Amino acid sequence: MKLYDYVLSPSCYKVRLMAALAGVKLEIRPVDFHPGAEHRGTELLALNPAGSIPILEEGDLILTESAAMLAYLAAKAAPEWLGSGAPEEAARIQQWLSFAHRLTASLGGARLHEMLLRPGDIGALQAQGIAALRELEAGLVEQGLRGMRFLASDQPTVADIACFPYVALAPDGGIPLDPYPAIRLWSRAIRGLDNFIEMPGIHRLHELRPEPHVEPGEV
Amino acid sequence: MMQDAMVDEWYPVGLFSQLDVNGRKTALMGEPIEVALDAEDRAKVTCGDGRTLPVCVRYGHVWSSLGKPQKDLFAIPEADQPGRRLVDVGVIRVRCSPLRAVENFLDIAHFPFVHTDILGAEPHTEVEDYKVEIRQQEDEVWATQVKFYQPKAAKSASGGITTEYMYRVPAPTCSVLYKTCPPRPCEWDVITLFVQPLAEDLCDVWPWMALFDDVTPMTDLIHFQQTIFLQDRSILENQIPRLLPLDPGMEIPTRADLTSVAYRRWLKRHNYTYGAQLVAQ
Ligand SMILES: N[C@H](CCC(=O)N[C@@H](CS)C(=O)NCC(=O)O)C(=O)O
Ligand SMILES: [Fe+2]
Repeated sequence: MKLYDYVLSPSCYKVRLMAALAGVKLEIRPVDFHPGAEHRGTELLALNPAGSIPILEEGDLILTESAAMLAYLAAKAAPEWLGSGAPEEAARIQQWLSFAHRLTASLGGARLHEMLLRPGDIGALQAQGIAALRELEAGLVEQGLRGMRFLASDQPTVADIACFPYVALAPDGGIPLDPYPAIRLWSRAIRGLDNFIEMPGIHRLHELRPEPHVEPGEV
Repeated sequence: MMQDAMVDEWYPVGLFSQLDVNGRKTALMGEPIEVALDAEDRAKVTCGDGRTLPVCVRYGHVWSSLGKPQKDLFAIPEADQPGRRLVDVGVIRVRCSPLRAVENFLDIAHFPFVHTDILGAEPHTEVEDYKVEIRQQEDEVWATQVKFYQPKAAKSASGGITTEYMYRVPAPTCSVLYKTCPPRPCEWDVITLFVQPLAEDLCDVWPWMALFDDVTPMTDLIHFQQTIFLQDRSILENQIPRLLPLDPGMEIPTRADLTSVAYRRWLKRHNYTYGAQLVAQ
């Protein structure tokens, strides 16, 4: 399975992360997105006329939407990531998979502007990004009231992987995550998953310092 | 802030390979500038006030200055050595002082914590003794005999090695580092950080490299360096105070920071203070 990939792309990282969590090995084909704009060159435009990455290729299957790639990886190797199939859960998964496009446009747009000098209305991108973060925060708080830690279920699903990268990298676009406690808890839960992998700006959870040892009877 | 001696220095303002006649609007020390190709395919830099600014093209980048540079741009003799791959890594914007960007580049102690499993790894966090000097004749800061254990020192490194470094600051917002070159033990790989000061707390960083590596595809070399620099970016954007303190005593140096102390002293001696904080605030 060949992934046209850029190390700094949150959308490509979704696919790398899902593959790692599902235990699928990818063949990585690095794309010179910046500074080379290779994704807008003839070879890649022939594969994906939208001029975006990631692109996932296996045999004659060519996918250009990260949500489809997550579904494909999960269906092949880790079907539990597609949810239980219960109607409400299935609907929530689809809801957040579609919602993820708003994160790409707003938080991703702000990040490209602030980091790689992409032209754009930074005020509008950040305002839309903050609106999307508030919606996600509210969604996670409601899930918490239902006793569930993840966006669609008590287990992580493809919906979490679709939303996580742009959210975690919001500070790169000048949008702090301090106001969103539920998002921060959710992010910890994802980063603590077995086989989680990092990307620049997203760290694994590591217990750097051991728990303080308190003797019984002290204090 | 324009009485600063930094006005007369050279700064990177774009990749030469990406220039076109339409030009690129950017800024230098608070002044809007435009960088373009002229009719003869030469780089031309124009200031917002209409002045044509000094220009030179070197190390893949266009360089300019708001003032009158007294010297040519610093030399990197290795850049002309046959057989090296020259890597234009591309711009990354950072909301930090241009001087902080250079200072962070000089600091090896952060490797195991920020570049975990690439340029450093716990528990190998010890920085051994090394030499720091301000070379009078060249008027540059140099740190030599810097040794550090690295799990993956370069794209061309296959496993952990003890890497030796030399650091050099030839201009207030530029640093050149020389490091052990895994495929050619008798040569040094050259990795630079060229920083364009946009404002005192905002900069465009243009990393550039001249490496001996005939194997790794160009895109992989670019991605390796971008990965490392992005790990620094999130640290740089959160440093407090935002400007680099030049008065001694404001931040307590450890052995690993000797280069940083020399850099700050050299900046102060030259009145290079754009992006610096002079009095404790
Ligand atoms: N098809 C969308 C595209 C994702 C996306 O926006 N990717 C960015 C890189 S992170 C891109 O290729 N942008 C094209 C550009 O900005 O020129 C997906 O797979 O989720
Ligand atoms: Fe670093």
